[in-house]
Amino acid sequence: MKYLLALSVRSAWNRKLTLGLTLLSISLSVALLLGVERVRQDAQDSFEQSVSGTDLVVGARTSPVQLMLYAVFHIGEATNNIHWQSYQDIAANPAVAWTIPVSLGDSHHGFPVLGTTADYFEHFHYGEAQPLTFSDGKPFAGLFEAVVGAEVAKNLGYRVGDKITLSHGTGDIGLSEHADKPFSVTGILAPTGTPVDRTVHVSLDAIEAIHLDWQGGAKIPGFAIPAEYASKFDLTPKEVTAIMVGLKSRAAVFKMQRSVNEYRAEPLLAVLPGVALDQLWQVVGVAERALLAVSGMVVVVGLCGLMAVILASLNERRRELAILRSVGARPMDVFLLLSSEGLFITLCGTLLGMALLTALSAIFAPLIQAHYGLTIIPKFISYDELGLLGLVMGVSLLASLLPGYGAYKLSLADGLTPRI
Amino acid sequence: MANPVIQIDNLAFRYPKADSVCLDIQKLHADAGDRIFIYGPSGSGKSTLLGLLGGVLTPERGTISLLGRELTTMSPSARDRLRADHIGFVFQQFNLIPYLSVTDNVLLSCRFSARRRNNALASGYSLHDEAARLLDHLDIAPELRHRPVTQLSVGQQQRVAAARALICRPEIVIADEPTSALDAERQTAFLDLLSRECIAAAATLLFVSHDRRLASGFTREIALPSLNRAQAAQEAA
Repeated sequence: MKYLLALSVRSAWNRKLTLGLTLLSISLSVALLLGVERVRQDAQDSFEQSVSGTDLVVGARTSPVQLMLYAVFHIGEATNNIHWQSYQDIAANPAVAWTIPVSLGDSHHGFPVLGTTADYFEHFHYGEAQPLTFSDGKPFAGLFEAVVGAEVAKNLGYRVGDKITLSHGTGDIGLSEHADKPFSVTGILAPTGTPVDRTVHVSLDAIEAIHLDWQGGAKIPGFAIPAEYASKFDLTPKEVTAIMVGLKSRAAVFKMQRSVNEYRAEPLLAVLPGVALDQLWQVVGVAERALLAVSGMVVVVGLCGLMAVILASLNERRRELAILRSVGARPMDVFLLLSSEGLFITLCGTLLGMALLTALSAIFAPLIQAHYGLTIIPKFISYDELGLLGLVMGVSLLASLLPGYGAYKLSLADGLTPRI
Repeated sequence: MANPVIQIDNLAFRYPKADSVCLDIQKLHADAGDRIFIYGPSGSGKSTLLGLLGGVLTPERGTISLLGRELTTMSPSARDRLRADHIGFVFQQFNLIPYLSVTDNVLLSCRFSARRRNNALASGYSLHDEAARLLDHLDIAPELRHRPVTQLSVGQQQRVAAARALICRPEIVIADEPTSALDAERQTAFLDLLSRECIAAAATLLFVSHDRRLASGFTREIALPSLNRAQAAQEAA
């Protein structure tokens, strides 16, 4: 048995060029499969950690997924807002440690504008409870100051001190500009891999201020309040779009959720972000599963190539098999010799693929972190991936039986004198 | 009295799906130390006879016994073991496994047979010593032994194959046209070496060839066409 395996390895080495190419194709396909699985996993983690540390997200009553879409991902619009009074009631609840009010509706070159308070930079966390950090500058302090996300800064080439104007409404074209009240960029956030990167942050007061001379979504004709006078008005917001709530104790989360959902003054909805994000992923994760299926098929193609190469070599090896038979190899030995070859190549290919992927992710992890904010933790193998690799080996075992069986039949038919 | 080394009685063989019997032998007998030349032109049932003796084919009727053991009653894997333990084969050409060195090709016989390994070890030599000794006797220079076999001449390859057949003293050596790829001079030299080593090892040699001129120096000559009744019947028809 041991000798057979040694023989199999030496025989494979003798055909190293063709088998080497097949090995390469298998290792590439395994690297692709693992890579897709890893990116998928990281993307899902990253997605599900778009917010962390926030116990509840509160908005006007709608579906939980809808609420997450606009409150966290800033996609679509809220059907209703929350009255300022409701916000204050929730913030005053004894179970609540902190709140982040968010006000949405304006945009800047297609990027959403989010009105909030300075608490945002203190309490908003993402990923594994990572706080927001500034790659440059500091939080907004004055009325017409803005903090931009990493992607906004990169795409539009902003630096601290640049002047920007906001547009009324969301979208990219045909919007009226709040041109009379320009903002200056005071800070640029480091990449997070979350919607924060695509967001322009201003204070709630600023949102009020730019809409002072607006009514019903349009500028009031012939009426303008210059920027320098805006601060003289009462800029307390009348409404916010959503609230992120942090509790003193996580244990109180369901009680708090119920009390928000039963709030009498207006219909509100509180959702646990983790649960809602999970639901949302079920929808957007389909593409990723399709990608995984495609890379699975690439592995199958690789294995088919391997089988074709081994089967093709069988005819040239009839003499070799006859010699082995003559010195006493059983047909079963011949079967093992040929089957182990496929399995051996797949094993090597899988290991090589893993090494390849590890090397690649080690090289590109800093780049990916810098550009996309996706944290790729250089790990060798996870439990899920082990299952995937087990599957690959299982399929290759099945596929390897084919040339083994071919050789078995051939050696039975040929005996000691192959008819070539 | 010792068992005959080879004893065939009333043997008939038919290939699966074939209409007629391919080999039909009344009797074939060989004792220890016999060196038998079997004359067999192509189509006379040579390969079939070798397959039957090697235990990779099973007869339709009749018995084949090697060293007193009846092949027809043995399981296929027991026949494989018997072949590994007691028979050395030399084929026409391409006798060697291309990815093994000369020495590893010679030792291949011992890999599948514990008995042959023990034979060598019992004589007090290591397997490599035994291989080296045989290769010496068969005029394979020491510097060739670690070369890939594909670099050897055809004559050298056949001598290495002979060493593989002879190593660890099998009782039977079966040579199937081993000289057909050699020129006349080398044919004689190879035959002499093979005979000499078989005598030295007290092995029974079965030498099959279509070339009758090689028959000198054997203890007996058998013509397969006259031995094979199936062939005779076909020619008569």
